[in-house]
Amino acid sequence: MTKSGSAQQTLHDELGLTDKEAVEMYVSMQKARAFDERCMLLQRAGKINFHVSGIGQEAAQVGAAFALDRSQDYFLPYYRDYGFVLSVGMTLKELMLSVFAKAEDPNSGGRQMPGHFGSKRLRIVTGSSPVTTQVPHAAGVALAAKMKGERLVSFVTFGEGSSNQGDFHEGCNFAGVHKLPVIFFCENNQYAISTPIHRQVAGKISDRAAGYGFPGIEVDGNDPLEVYRVVKEARRRAVEGEGPTLVEAKMYRISPHSTSDNDLAYRTKEEVEQHRNQDGLPRYRAYLMDCGLWDEAREQTLLKQLREELDEATAYGDKAPFPAAEDTLRYVYAESDEEGSNATWRS
Amino acid sequence: MAVMSYIDAIRSAMQEEMERDASVFVLGEDVGLKGGVFTTTKGLQEQFGEQRAMDTPLSESAIAGVAIGAAMYGMKPIAEMQYSDFMFPATNQIISEAAKIRYRSNNDWSCPVVIRAPIGGGIFGGLYHSQCPESVFFGTPGLKIVAPYRPADAKGLLKSAIQDPDPVLYFEHKKCYKLVTGEVPEGDYAVPIGESNVLREGEDITVIGYSLPLHYVMQAAEELEQEGISAHVLDLRTLQPLDKQAIVEAVKRTGKVLIVHEDNKTGGVGAEVAALIAEELLYELDAPIQRLCGPDVPAMPINPPSEKFYMLNVEKTKKAMRELALY
Repeated sequence: MTKSGSAQQTLHDELGLTDKEAVEMYVSMQKARAFDERCMLLQRAGKINFHVSGIGQEAAQVGAAFALDRSQDYFLPYYRDYGFVLSVGMTLKELMLSVFAKAEDPNSGGRQMPGHFGSKRLRIVTGSSPVTTQVPHAAGVALAAKMKGERLVSFVTFGEGSSNQGDFHEGCNFAGVHKLPVIFFCENNQYAISTPIHRQVAGKISDRAAGYGFPGIEVDGNDPLEVYRVVKEARRRAVEGEGPTLVEAKMYRISPHSTSDNDLAYRTKEEVEQHRNQDGLPRYRAYLMDCGLWDEAREQTLLKQLREELDEATAYGDKAPFPAAEDTLRYVYAESDEEGSNATWRS
Repeated sequence: MAVMSYIDAIRSAMQEEMERDASVFVLGEDVGLKGGVFTTTKGLQEQFGEQRAMDTPLSESAIAGVAIGAAMYGMKPIAEMQYSDFMFPATNQIISEAAKIRYRSNNDWSCPVVIRAPIGGGIFGGLYHSQCPESVFFGTPGLKIVAPYRPADAKGLLKSAIQDPDPVLYFEHKKCYKLVTGEVPEGDYAVPIGESNVLREGEDITVIGYSLPLHYVMQAAEELEQEGISAHVLDLRTLQPLDKQAIVEAVKRTGKVLIVHEDNKTGGVGAEVAALIAEELLYELDAPIQRLCGPDVPAMPINPPSEKFYMLNVEKTKKAMRELALY
């Protein structure tokens, strides 16, 4: 990622991103990183039980989000996608409500583990823990949208380990056969908990798309602009009826799998450090500085602002009430004809 | 009242709901051009086009998963599992996803999907074309489960299932398809989910069941009448949620109860019905709770003596009912 091929035009400009958007992308990445680091601290301080991290994956998540139509596309993120959900409209306060499992949490009302996103308002489709079940759902959303004549795409993410599940293959095949507007986005962070990529996959994940009759593209997940370019092209194909695309964004999971994981039992500090040097976040900051869009003063202001926002969100999440115990019994089924019954058409 | 077969009743429910609501569509293996391996969806593609009577890849988890995704978007999909025996690859989608979508999103999202699956044996289908999988899904809150025994309920329950805002498993007995005919009300009607039905009033014993075996029970009851034994018969119709009040009332009536189903005995729906009766009215019983079910073997063998041994019939049912009456 260098500033530009030509002297006058910046790379992000060539890709159709304004300076403002290019900076917003960076702010989203830093916001996700700051949230993630705060959650690690909260867990170590005993304030929360558990955190599952996305550090090292923000560049790809944010690059992809900005390439989508965030006012109408449907999103099926997986549990490390803080950068993604923050980019499509979820707030730090909402994420903190989920972290503290509070009633006001829009993702699940304090029912699910953190990282299990969902928000009808933001078209983030509710997710679960058995990995990759969301891939056929993405095909279903795309099928429904196509039947309704809506020009939107469904965008679904998953890890490279997950891409071995049957639901990945069944979902890809279905979408391929019916040429559905789906973008399959694999965040290949090299590890499925402790199991490295070479014990998960013998070939290349992006090559799998060939078996389903659509393109598979490998992209440097540490380069948000390149991810943006690839996802934007995938979206164009999708809305123009050319069918799905599989994008494999290669990156590295800098954090342990979760706060319950000791990663040095299966990888070395040196390996982690080596990859930390390729982290997309400082690389993108350097790019913006090179473009004259960012400087140390702005960086300090942003970090301060994020600290304050996180302080506020953390305090809010911490103090917010839990759901009432007896609410455990609610919403097994619809409680009236109206509530969440999807009875009416989107129109 | 029109007289129609069980399979025609299922088809007419889908056809009417597809005419009524553009968001209703059917997807599954061979459901389109061929009209289903049993002809359950015959004619739907001609009437509604390839999209709304959609042939899918041979891929049960995708059939369920795609239907779930479409349902979350706002469609009303009817996903067909060609045989309930082949439903197990979709079990994760049904139990981990469909059943929990409303609950896990705190009512933000919902999943109004219908999953239809032919159950049961007696058609020389062998181990993998004869199973009754009800007990695998029974006891998973968030799912509704129905299993009609006659055409009127087949149609009325399917219409209710399609209109329901939550996921419904619709278990249709494949031996009933063309063997069973009956009167079906004209016009728009539905059989509410969660309501059982008294098929026959009686004084000596109560028989509770669902699906195909109720035909054996009804014939046995008629024959036993000649012996002076009067049977009260309750069709559960909906397995989940169970119609507890009606079960209690039906058992109170005679104080003796036999529970009948084709699914194997251990851990079957009958076990829960028995537990419920024990909880509510143990001291009002005049005999131990009886169950007549399929044997606890992995599935039904294809050879005729084995199939006959596994399946319930009028004779087995009559014997169990007589024994209970004489207790």
